[in-house]
Amino acid sequence: MRVLRILLEKEFRQIFRNPAILRLIFIMPIVQLLVLPLAADYEVKDINIAVVDQDHSSYSRSLTNKISASKYFNLVEYTNSYDEAIRGVEKDEADVVLQIPASFEKDLVKDDKAQLFMALNAINGVKANLGGVYLRSIINDFNGEVRLEWLQLPRFNPQPIIQISSINWFNPLLNYQFFMVPGILVILVTMVGSFLAALNIVKEKEIGTIEQINVTPIRKHQFILGKLIPFWVLGMVVLSIGLLLARVFYGIIPEGSLLTIYIFAVVYLLSVLGLGLLISTYTETQQQAMLISFFIIMIFILLGGLYTSIDSMPYWAQVFTKFNPVTYFIEVMRMVVLKGSSLYDIRQHLLIVTGFGIILNVWAVINYKKRS
Amino acid sequence: MSNAAAISVSDLTKQFGDFTAVDAITFEVQQGEIFGFLGANGAGKTTAMRMLCGLSLPTSGKANVAGFDLYKESEKIKKNIGYMSQKFSLYEDLTIRENNRFYGGIYGLTDQQIKEKTQFMLKHLHLESQADTLVKALPLGWKQKLSFSVSMIHDPKIVFLDEPTGGVDPITRREFWTMIYEAAHRGTTVFVTTHYMDEAEYCDRVSIMVDGRIEALDTPAALTKQYNAKGMAEVFVQLARKAKRSDN
Amino acid sequence: MKQFFYFIRKEFYHLLRDRRTLFILFGMPVTQILIFGFALTNEVKNSRIAILDNSKDEATTAIIHQLEASRYFDIVENLNSYAELEPTFQKGQIRLAVVFPEKFQSSLLHTNAAPIQLIADATDPNVANTLTNYASAIIMDYQNSMKETQDFPYTISTELRMLYNPQLKGSYNFVPGVMAMVLMLVGAMMTSISIVREKELGTMEIILVSPIVPIRVIVAKMVPYLLLSMVNIASILLLSVYALDVPINGSLTLLVFECFLFTLTALALGLLISSISDSQQVAMLVSLMGLFLPTIMFSGFMFPIENMPIPLQVISNFVPAKWFYYIVKDVMIKGTGLETVWKETLILLGMLIVLLTISIKKFKVRLE
Repeated sequence: MRVLRILLEKEFRQIFRNPAILRLIFIMPIVQLLVLPLAADYEVKDINIAVVDQDHSSYSRSLTNKISASKYFNLVEYTNSYDEAIRGVEKDEADVVLQIPASFEKDLVKDDKAQLFMALNAINGVKANLGGVYLRSIINDFNGEVRLEWLQLPRFNPQPIIQISSINWFNPLLNYQFFMVPGILVILVTMVGSFLAALNIVKEKEIGTIEQINVTPIRKHQFILGKLIPFWVLGMVVLSIGLLLARVFYGIIPEGSLLTIYIFAVVYLLSVLGLGLLISTYTETQQQAMLISFFIIMIFILLGGLYTSIDSMPYWAQVFTKFNPVTYFIEVMRMVVLKGSSLYDIRQHLLIVTGFGIILNVWAVINYKKRS
Repeated sequence: MSNAAAISVSDLTKQFGDFTAVDAITFEVQQGEIFGFLGANGAGKTTAMRMLCGLSLPTSGKANVAGFDLYKESEKIKKNIGYMSQKFSLYEDLTIRENNRFYGGIYGLTDQQIKEKTQFMLKHLHLESQADTLVKALPLGWKQKLSFSVSMIHDPKIVFLDEPTGGVDPITRREFWTMIYEAAHRGTTVFVTTHYMDEAEYCDRVSIMVDGRIEALDTPAALTKQYNAKGMAEVFVQLARKAKRSDN
Repeated sequence: MKQFFYFIRKEFYHLLRDRRTLFILFGMPVTQILIFGFALTNEVKNSRIAILDNSKDEATTAIIHQLEASRYFDIVENLNSYAELEPTFQKGQIRLAVVFPEKFQSSLLHTNAAPIQLIADATDPNVANTLTNYASAIIMDYQNSMKETQDFPYTISTELRMLYNPQLKGSYNFVPGVMAMVLMLVGAMMTSISIVREKELGTMEIILVSPIVPIRVIVAKMVPYLLLSMVNIASILLLSVYALDVPINGSLTLLVFECFLFTLTALALGLLISSISDSQQVAMLVSLMGLFLPTIMFSGFMFPIENMPIPLQVISNFVPAKWFYYIVKDVMIKGTGLETVWKETLILLGMLIVLLTISIKKFKVRLE
């Protein structure tokens, strides 16, 4: 016990004397939390649309007006020529082209049906999808207005109409930052945990002080604990800073209990640190440790459901996410912060991540050999 | 104290794949002896020492250090030995006092004992004013002497020194060896590797390793007589030449 | 000149002998491409939804059947009461709930109006929007199929064409981004670490004392990473074309030239970083924070630049990766040529020249 205390004293002293680490711990949350959510706004808006009006009728003009009045679209081109509009897409000046053919108004009034043509720059799938959806809904609205002009609908509508009302729960303002910030907090904590821990041990290996440690009667588990605890504390500190920043700058106040978050974070950090320690037992230089932990963490983050949905992943990827601690933390964060889920709701997550933590840390202790 | 040898080694071998770094060496070191472990770079001295310290597992052979078996009781051995590595042992970003506190605590010294030892050490080395300086700010010679003192903080029975005097001026080296003498005088066994042949003269007994084997083991005086040399340097050169000749 | 080649050879040895690092430097782009290509997609499908059917009549069953059949939805829960909704959402099981009131079909047939409630988990707003829209479309289809008469008069129909990426593959967006990321990592970070390591170990001084011109030393350090970067580009392109069906619609030569240009920029950045770092740790951290993160954030491949607040958009103009990403997207996927991207190429070239000048100057100062 005393040995552990002495180890911790040394570790903390060294950490606080290392300006690079300190800068990292304090600056990184700030940068990530302040800049990333601002940058990471996936809301689809300001879609640039080029309208090719070959009809020049009052209908084509009023449809164009309707589109340009919409908050989703910016009318950037109003032209006769389809080719010119497409060139606009090539030059990235337009995202969507709507072609109104020459006899649009005539066809609609006389033949009861008319056709429009939409071309979307689909390199960005999300934008294309939603762009198409929004444009269609504007056109439908317009269609309804046209019908109203021409048809006198009887009081009892012979056509059955299903009234769809949609509600958005948990994030009624559809604020994308509410979605991103909890996820970014997870990344923050994960990086501090695994990265720094791995680098720390390997640095001792590189410098040679680890030999000195190995010659002493320190037990393996004491040494590992001595490395684990300081970064565990740092991780919790970073988490707290992050939560504070989230509240102050984004007004994100967890719906659920902070305690739930912290309890999960305790367990999560242990598993992520275990990963870092494990990596450090397999590497010789700081460069290797950094690259490998970066590589692994990157995979975990990408496949953790941070910005793409796990539901859409192929089966093998979904299986992988079950073994990925990051997935669980991201889910828990979003669940607790936005939906107010309770400790009971996340009990399965808690259990699984605890399991990871135990496995990784035990593996690290076993792998660490004082005698090579 | 019994009269058992401090270190006794029998056919100790270390192989790395096909390469035999240490080839069945056998020797004994008595308590309170200053035992020099000489050899050219790559002769196997550091490997041998690392085995004895419990840093490296031997491929075969037997050894007893401080009365404990190398294989089965290596943790007990560690309680009774001190070690000074080539890269020194101190944390550069901690002060002298903090380093002492760390190592003293690891070896189970009480706060009071640590305090006393630190006082003594600082006084002895005339470093009282530097007690709270970061080690990295100290000149090389002081670092070395400090490393040595710290490795002795728990009064170990045996202290292993791996090329402790690399890169310092002759005066500092002389002062260092004075410290070694003092330790030996107090009963500590000193096992020191070096490739400075003049330091060999300071040892009680010396062994010379060539190509992983011990080619000579005796007091410096006896060896110079045996090889008809004017000093240990010449002894060494003669033996090293043998290695060249037996090179494949 | 011969000395120069000896140096290059030495640098290659360093690189090739560190198997773990090499493995990561090769493996990372490959893994990223595979993950992005096969696992990550913005397409919404198989989303877990719940049904709360208070009527359980023919109409609701038919609608539910349609939802089930759609590839967008996976019905995972059939709830029994409104009270169950929130807990189900809180457990994180579903993204959307479709609520049918009592007597749905009879309301529809007799009063020609009946409500359906769609409750979306708006944690991810885009997904919520998309799911709501898909569900509405399916319901609307059903509604239209109920009409006895044929088409509604005065109907505008819309024909849709997806340009460049008809299958809405996420990979088209990601591949250029991964290229930028990998080149930055290998080119800038590794180079800077390699130079700083030499400084740390003290062997830099030995080199400086030797008759070789210092600049040649630095160039020699860059060469292996330049080659490695080109190998990485080749492997990324091969994978993209053959495993992900991402086309190279434009000129391959132009593409390779642009990659080369960007790699040189990354190397210059690496040089700059090394001249301001004393230790490997610092070089690593600066590369990560100061280079890598901005590359990811501001290149435009993960986060749309046009959505960012103006100050951030301005910053993004100073990130070389942004221009590179734009160029690659255009050349590779849109298939345009130099005439479209000459401006961006010039900008990149300009950045390269500026960076090289600054870093060489700084380096010379440091050496003295």
